Amino acid sequence: MNRAGSSEAARTVSSVLTEMEAPDSFFRHAWNELRKRKLASFAVCVLLVLYTLGIFAPLVATHDYSETNLAKTEAAPDSENWLGTDRLGRDIFSRVVWGIQTTIILTVITILTASVFLGLALGMAAGYLRGAVDIITMRTGEVVAVVPDFLLVLIIAATVRPRIKEFGYWIEDNTPISGVISSGAVDYIVLGLAFLPLSWFGAMRLIRGQTLAIRDAPYVDAARSMGVGTPTILIRHILPNVITPLIVSVSFGMGAVALGEVIASFFGIGVQPPRPSLGVMIGDVTARTGSAAVETLRSHPEQLLSPIVVVWLMIFCWNILGDALNDILNPRAR
Amino acid sequence: MLIYTSRRLLWTPVLLIVAGLFIFSLGSVAPGDPAELMAGQRADPEAVERIRERLGLNDPFLVQYTRYIANALKGDFGESYRYRGRDVWELLGPKLRVSLELNLVSYVVTLAIGLPLGFWAAMRQGTWKDPTMTTIMLLIYALPVFFTAPFLILVFALWLDWIPVSGWSGMFSTRAILPAITIGLPGAFVFMRYMRASTLDVLGQEYVRTAHGKGMGHMTVNRRHIARNALLPIITILGFSLAGLFGGSLIVELIYGIPGVSRLALEAVFQRDYPVLTALTLLGAGMLAVANLVADIMYSVIDPRIRLRS
Repeated sequence: MNRAGSSEAARTVSSVLTEMEAPDSFFRHAWNELRKRKLASFAVCVLLVLYTLGIFAPLVATHDYSETNLAKTEAAPDSENWLGTDRLGRDIFSRVVWGIQTTIILTVITILTASVFLGLALGMAAGYLRGAVDIITMRTGEVVAVVPDFLLVLIIAATVRPRIKEFGYWIEDNTPISGVISSGAVDYIVLGLAFLPLSWFGAMRLIRGQTLAIRDAPYVDAARSMGVGTPTILIRHILPNVITPLIVSVSFGMGAVALGEVIASFFGIGVQPPRPSLGVMIGDVTARTGSAAVETLRSHPEQLLSPIVVVWLMIFCWNILGDALNDILNPRAR
Repeated sequence: MLIYTSRRLLWTPVLLIVAGLFIFSLGSVAPGDPAELMAGQRADPEAVERIRERLGLNDPFLVQYTRYIANALKGDFGESYRYRGRDVWELLGPKLRVSLELNLVSYVVTLAIGLPLGFWAAMRQGTWKDPTMTTIMLLIYALPVFFTAPFLILVFALWLDWIPVSGWSGMFSTRAILPAITIGLPGAFVFMRYMRASTLDVLGQEYVRTAHGKGMGHMTVNRRHIARNALLPIITILGFSLAGLFGGSLIVELIYGIPGVSRLALEAVFQRDYPVLTALTLLGAGMLAVANLVADIMYSVIDPRIRLRS
């Protein structure tokens, strides 16, 4: 009796304690809010599925992406080729899955270096240190921003790519490392470089603004007056406050860079065959002309629609997620 | 006003000269000797040297750049590597004109759809219509032009046979309708979102409440007090939003067979015709800079707070 009572009391106490501990951590709060929104939850699910497919492409793909089957070209979807086959009898499903992986690799590289690393470092430095650092970074950004996005991608693809390729061959010839060219590393580096100027400035400006807004907040002043060094202030006091706009901007950026990769590969200046990419697939079936595109849409819609639907979902879902995160994380923006 | 405008006016050329330096240096990191490229594979070294001397390739980099800019201001962007003896401007000019026309009509479509929709959605905040319309427009925005272009051709030109497609006969012909919608419609979402946010800002202002309180008609308040003020901040993004426009139009030009810069630019990438690419990028940057400048000055004329603050 006594024992039962005390265990019940203990249970109440522990349940009260867990409830008290729960006053939502930052991420738990965001996650709960996100789950309340139907469209945003849908977007998260779709992105999870797409990214899982892409990351586990070697396991998910049912065929080799470059294996041709000339006995079965332009076939309609069936139990063996889930999305049919293309002009050379290659399995479309496997190519789409590998194409997603290509897009993921590129977006992650670009966003990590440009938005997260450069944007964060330069934005905090410019906003906190002001003065010359601020002026130089902002003016550089203005110069880059005045060059139309896609023309910059074109010129970098034309002039810098051959240089990097030469360097790739040099590495293969002069060091034991091999397979640099065939791994597609050159394409990733070139596209990464081409998208870099497009994506760092936006994030940098955002973080600079946020840093400017809090650099003179009383708690930062207090830390400074206690003799805390600049690096510590930046990391302990400024960083946690600028991270939320960065999350939002990354979410929007993922869709934009994915589209950039697809467009560049469509033109043949992005990822090079045989490495599959959604853009290469679209470029192949449309032959970059209207008549071929219309013809494909009419006779074999699955060949054109399979890569396009994936691109469509990616851009749509990243935007929905970005919007929702903006609502949840920056209530002041509303 | 004068100080603000002249400061902006002075900054733009500086910006362009630095941006030009950036573009020009990208154009010259390319491998291969332009002189050898122009002379052909079996040219003797002497001929190559002559071409090199004529092009001034032996001069220091900054001297070359200064000469390039000085010539560019006179409309001389050098000679194409691929089409020997042909002036870059002669190749690029007519095509650039077509591309500009195409982008201009598309921009009109974007604004004509985006701005009223944004206003419409803001006035219906809190009802199901606002989020539904936003989601529909986002779905259209996310749809790649690789699909919309052939799809519109299929429906409107082949099935319904309403509008002729392919080719270009000026921005006011019926041929311009489908390409303009293909490029312009997705962008409408961006302006819808800005216009919606800016209208919501204005809706909360006290002068709107006062106007209603005075017993003014809804239409008058909407038009004079809300729409007019909500449009103000949109002007600042008019310039910048042009930056992304070229990406979509290059694809659309290919699919609709429009004789714009697209094919020439792609050819230039694969044939290593760097003068064409450098000139195109530089001209694009120039147009963007001028558009930004015009937008800034327009905004400061309309809203005095901007020029007074700085």
